[in-house]
Amino acid sequence: MVKKKRKIIEIDDAVVKFAGDSGDGMQLTGTQFSDTSAFVGNDLSTFPDYPAEIRAPQGTVAGVSGFQVHIGHKEVKTPGDLADVLVAMNPAALKTNLKWVKTGATIIIDIDNFESKQYKKAGYETDPLEDGTLDGFNIVKAPITTLNKSIVIEMGLDSKTADKTKNQFAVGILYWLFDRDLNFGEQFLDDKFKSKPQLALANKKVLRAGYDYAETIETLESRFQILPIKERKGLFRNITGNNAVAWGFLAASERSGLPLFLGSYPITPASEILQELSKRKHLGVKAFQAEDEIAGINSAIGASFAGNLAVTTTSGPGLALKSEAIGLAVITELPLVIVDVQRGGPSTGLPTKSEQGDLLQALYGRNGESPVIVIAASSPANCFDYAFKACKLSIEHMTPVILLTDGYLANGSELWKIPKMSDLPEIVPRFVKDNDPDFKPYRRDLQTLSRLWALPGQEGLRHRVGSLEKEDVTGIVSHDPLNHEKMVRLREEKVQRVANYIPELQLDGEDSGDLLVIGWGGTYGSLLSAVQDLQREGKSISLAQFNYIKPLPKNTKDILNGFKKIVVCELNLGQFAIYLRSQFPQYAYLQYNKVQGLPFMIYELKLKFNQILEEL
Amino acid sequence: MANEFQTEDLSTPIVSKEDFKLDQPVKWCAGCGDYAILSSVQNALPEVGVRKEDVVIVSGIGCSSRFPYYINTYGFHGLHGRGSAVASGIKIANPKLSVWQITGDGDCMAIGGNHFIHLVRRNIDINILLFNNRIYGLTKGQFSPTSPKGLKTKSSPDGTIESPFIPGELVMGSQGTFFARIPDTEPQRMKEVFVEAAKHKGTSVVEILQNCVIFNNGIHYSITSKELKDDHQIYLEHGKPMIFGKNKNKGLMLKGMRLKVVTIGVNGISEQDILIHNAKSPDDALHYMLVRMTLPEYPVATGVIRSYDDNVYEDVMEAQIKKAREENKIKTVDDLMNSGNVWEI
Ligand SMILES: Cc1ncc(C[n+]2csc(CCOP(=O)(O)OP(=O)(O)O)c2C)c(N)n1
Ligand code: SF4
Repeated sequence: MVKKKRKIIEIDDAVVKFAGDSGDGMQLTGTQFSDTSAFVGNDLSTFPDYPAEIRAPQGTVAGVSGFQVHIGHKEVKTPGDLADVLVAMNPAALKTNLKWVKTGATIIIDIDNFESKQYKKAGYETDPLEDGTLDGFNIVKAPITTLNKSIVIEMGLDSKTADKTKNQFAVGILYWLFDRDLNFGEQFLDDKFKSKPQLALANKKVLRAGYDYAETIETLESRFQILPIKERKGLFRNITGNNAVAWGFLAASERSGLPLFLGSYPITPASEILQELSKRKHLGVKAFQAEDEIAGINSAIGASFAGNLAVTTTSGPGLALKSEAIGLAVITELPLVIVDVQRGGPSTGLPTKSEQGDLLQALYGRNGESPVIVIAASSPANCFDYAFKACKLSIEHMTPVILLTDGYLANGSELWKIPKMSDLPEIVPRFVKDNDPDFKPYRRDLQTLSRLWALPGQEGLRHRVGSLEKEDVTGIVSHDPLNHEKMVRLREEKVQRVANYIPELQLDGEDSGDLLVIGWGGTYGSLLSAVQDLQREGKSISLAQFNYIKPLPKNTKDILNGFKKIVVCELNLGQFAIYLRSQFPQYAYLQYNKVQGLPFMIYELKLKFNQILEEL
Repeated sequence: MANEFQTEDLSTPIVSKEDFKLDQPVKWCAGCGDYAILSSVQNALPEVGVRKEDVVIVSGIGCSSRFPYYINTYGFHGLHGRGSAVASGIKIANPKLSVWQITGDGDCMAIGGNHFIHLVRRNIDINILLFNNRIYGLTKGQFSPTSPKGLKTKSSPDGTIESPFIPGELVMGSQGTFFARIPDTEPQRMKEVFVEAAKHKGTSVVEILQNCVIFNNGIHYSITSKELKDDHQIYLEHGKPMIFGKNKNKGLMLKGMRLKVVTIGVNGISEQDILIHNAKSPDDALHYMLVRMTLPEYPVATGVIRSYDDNVYEDVMEAQIKKAREENKIKTVDDLMNSGNVWEI
């Protein structure tokens, strides 16, 4: 084998996308490559993108599964707009993803899968490798399937196993391309196939073969190097939003001393929270997979009444089913955390795609005046913080909290600096002491207006709560009109007072200027990248990303006041804009909305902001 | 990691009926069967052998579901049909509590049907008292899923065209471990059945034939009236022969695959030929036949029809937790966060 010395180019960051059939193991390769990058000290952000059907017909566009990872020498805030490198295991993967790659990108193609039958199945009329479709890209045509098969069959394994290992050939090429140490990839495979050493061996062989192949072929002129990020020190791990939510709950349980109870029903993209917590019996978690969302939340309310830290997790359609019971938690004034991992709606909508369409449902989607705290996480890793804070606020203020995340945060992952439990704030449940002679079910703490928590089993505190309106203080069923108004106002005021216990809004940028960009929740990475790019160009633009939605941070009005123009950016038709208009009608709000089940692209945001700035 | 605020174990119950009385007005219609049930529950609780603070009464919505407001225990009045789910959460969260669910035929056979069968299937140790007046009371007289076919009500002016549920059948179909049926007219037996239900480990369902004087007055008359009840009702007791009738001379026998009502002393039938009630049998085939018996061919079965001990959900869960705690090296959240793929940068 003739080996040629290739030049190594140092770059700041790169976006790599793995795309193939849903059975091709693209999620695995993506994770493997991300972990390797994290290990060498790069920052990263990932986004898996998979179809709603478990196994759509092979080779069709509907069956394409993708995994995008953005790695960087500096802080990385999003999985990236467009890919620098695309791995396309078949024509359908190419067809689906070509619009998401940069011009001049390197595209690694398994040519074994590009016969006419296959490209026609993907919807190409003519051979995309020949008809000019790929002009301007750096194409690596690798016979991945055949090379892989020969290696695996030689080892005495069958061809079915061979199909499962071919993804390693592609990763091998990437290891070479990004000058990565193969040892880490091998270690990853050893861990992954711990119980199947033969399979581990086969995968490792293929990985190495891919690496050697890249070294040999001429099309790859140079390789890239992304140096470790320097400013970062500490212990890190890669974490998805769903996992971070689950762990935030575990942390809150330990910090509050309350056993954790989850009442939930599976739904994409929230199911991993249920699955993760179901694995945590060793930390005392009681995970109850209910018969539906209604039972999920009602069981959680029961557990809360009995004194557990109670949570329920779902996505939009499930939140709709839970709404009656959220009202029950509001009127009984019990702690309860409800997680809504938003997805495209309405109805079943786009189960595997992300959207921010549930905000108004979270704020108002119930009968009667039914105020709850609403907060939103803004990155996969800070899902941990907001899950923790949701529990803290719920327990200390005796009120339900809705935590909004979305499919993009839930499945996406990023590098997370592991916190120490002792650094997290305390959580202090408002328990009543046994036989307290002054106990009354609806007597309130004067500061927070929250009632106190008396648990079944405690002596001298027998009492009744429930869905009917109660008399203030005594908790006796009451239909008195004036009492009802008083209780309605107390419950609202209780939630408003939470503003005293949450941080003020921090702006990214100057606190006054030409344009204020407003976002909430999971769009943070894209909005920040776009705003910072324009700031570097000298534009007067700042970003206010909201994590606390009800109540709003106390300084919200001051912030809105400081700018000539305000644009609210959301992955819906303008729900936060509607809310802001209702709270602060004195300002004019421009909107930028996208409802495609896709995140914001940085370039499209910049285009929009520049346009607004020009019209100023 | 988390504390378990379990209450201390007191071996001698320190309760009397008075302990469970509240000085709040009870607002059921005068003559409603619910009063008798309330009184029987208050009589039964002191005999159940739990601390009065450990009793939790949970309900859904309906006339019957106002029950928690009329009894001095920990109480939770929930949403229509959802009492089973709330009760499940309470019991799983704190298995030491004695949890009672009060529900109506509308509440747990219609809107709450799903939650009801799943609770029974899971066999969580909760006592369900199902007040079956075969009508919707609180919403003023629409038919319910247990209303007899043809019943004319406000929402079925020409008679219902639906087949009614037999609650006991649903319980058996959900692999229920305890089912009893009792009329609201028999306070002493009611109390005894409630105590049995409470002592049973697992989900206990007691169907109470309850009279709604306002919207369905007399619906259980043929079973409960003084003149008819002895001939129209068979009170089953574990280990005793299935004998009934004013003259205690009627009994049940198995003939082929069916139950048959026979008269002792006729056709050479003696007491030895009568079936002995075995409530504790794991096989529910006979229990199934017993709950399905209807007039006029059969007497209606009352008493404890099935009481079979099986694994209880929350016990198994607690055992799994205990084992996991012992076996897993990860004891704290710090351990967890620092386990697996962690990188020092
Ligand atoms: C979600 C919802 N739907 C409907 C109702 C109205 N509702 C209240 S009680 C009831 C029926 C109760 O019937 P049953 O359980 O037989 O109780 P009873 O009043 O006869 O004791 C209905 C339909 C409600 N409260 N909530
Ligand atoms: S309506 Fe019927 S069930 Fe309801 S309280 Fe009156 S009598 Fe009892």
